[in-house]
Amino acid sequence: MSIKEKARELLEGEVDGVLGCRLVGGSHLPHLFTAAGIEDMAEDYPEGERYPIASIVRRLQTEDPGVRIAVVARGCDERSLIELSKQGQVDLGRVVILGLACEGDLARECGCAEPYPSEIVDGQRVEGVPDYSLVEKMDRMPADARLDFWLSRFGSCIKCYGCRNVCPLCYCKECALEDAEMVERGRVPPARPAFHLIRALDMAGRCVDCGLCEEACPMGIPLRTLYRKVGRVVEDNFDYRPGRSLEEKSPLAVLGTEKDLE
Amino acid sequence: MTDYRTVPTVCPYCGTGCGMLLEVSGGRLAGVLPQKGHPVSDGTLCIKGWVANQFVESPRRLTRPLVRKGGKQQAVPVEEALALVAGRLRDTVEKHGPDAAAFICSAKCTNEEDYLVSKIARAVVGTNNIDHCARL
Repeated sequence: MSIKEKARELLEGEVDGVLGCRLVGGSHLPHLFTAAGIEDMAEDYPEGERYPIASIVRRLQTEDPGVRIAVVARGCDERSLIELSKQGQVDLGRVVILGLACEGDLARECGCAEPYPSEIVDGQRVEGVPDYSLVEKMDRMPADARLDFWLSRFGSCIKCYGCRNVCPLCYCKECALEDAEMVERGRVPPARPAFHLIRALDMAGRCVDCGLCEEACPMGIPLRTLYRKVGRVVEDNFDYRPGRSLEEKSPLAVLGTEKDLE
Repeated sequence: MTDYRTVPTVCPYCGTGCGMLLEVSGGRLAGVLPQKGHPVSDGTLCIKGWVANQFVESPRRLTRPLVRKGGKQQAVPVEEALALVAGRLRDTVEKHGPDAAAFICSAKCTNEEDYLVSKIARAVVGTNNIDHCARL
């Protein structure tokens, strides 16, 4: 059964809306379909047109806490939803995931370890090729050369905040990157390396490696390399990979050795 | 139930023409996303595009012409403001010549609107003093 057929079936009573995409002038745009409009739902989901779907789900649930929706989600979207759920930002009990497995170039070259969701409605499951080559190359570089590399890349930053804006896991109402005490207003490029390291530290234990940040960066800063590095530190120390499972407890939710954060 | 749709458009801030999606939710403009695969910007925006939804309903947005009367700015009908500007412009040009006037147009306007400004400056008033916001 195709995603669209499944969506049509769910709209007969199980859900109020289906978040998928609509074809407008050749572009596949995010859209929430109701039973009345489902015929406009696109049949295909091109690899070059990924959007922060989990953020949209969070917004819809914030506006209407009772809404029941189904969402066309790739592996990364599902990981984002799982991580957001563990942080109390979305209620997965009211979300049906219509799993979309990444195929072709996207599955092979995106560098994500699991380019498929837990249950697949459309697409063939292809094992991902986790890409830590740049992380490992960085690790082998002498510290001063590594610093030079990053300072040079951060120096091209135009401070668009696109990396933060597009990030499904960035939901703070008050962002450190907008705090005048931490980040000087009106200064472009922003202070190096502080601006990018604030974000990198916030990605530790959160980043699901969806890669939307790097796609949104107008200056081509290799942000995923930075976040994969902090992700690896968290995984090595806590055996925690964000978005992997609903049951695993995030190290961010634990204080010290035993005390849980409430 | 809440609704969510996205409307593709072109960023109004400068002349580059980046592709953006306006997010519409609950009947209101709720946010902006960069449009993937757009021939100009392919999924990227600068900070002006990312926050372009904010000026639409900003309380600081000028929505009516203001004319200073007795030292205070007062909202007036468009016709009154236009008549005032046209009268002053005519007086200035008659008194000091066409080059005493200048026209500043905007990258936020369409090509057609900017073309018309150029025509007013050059053909109606008779000056080449025309520039645009991107140089400011």
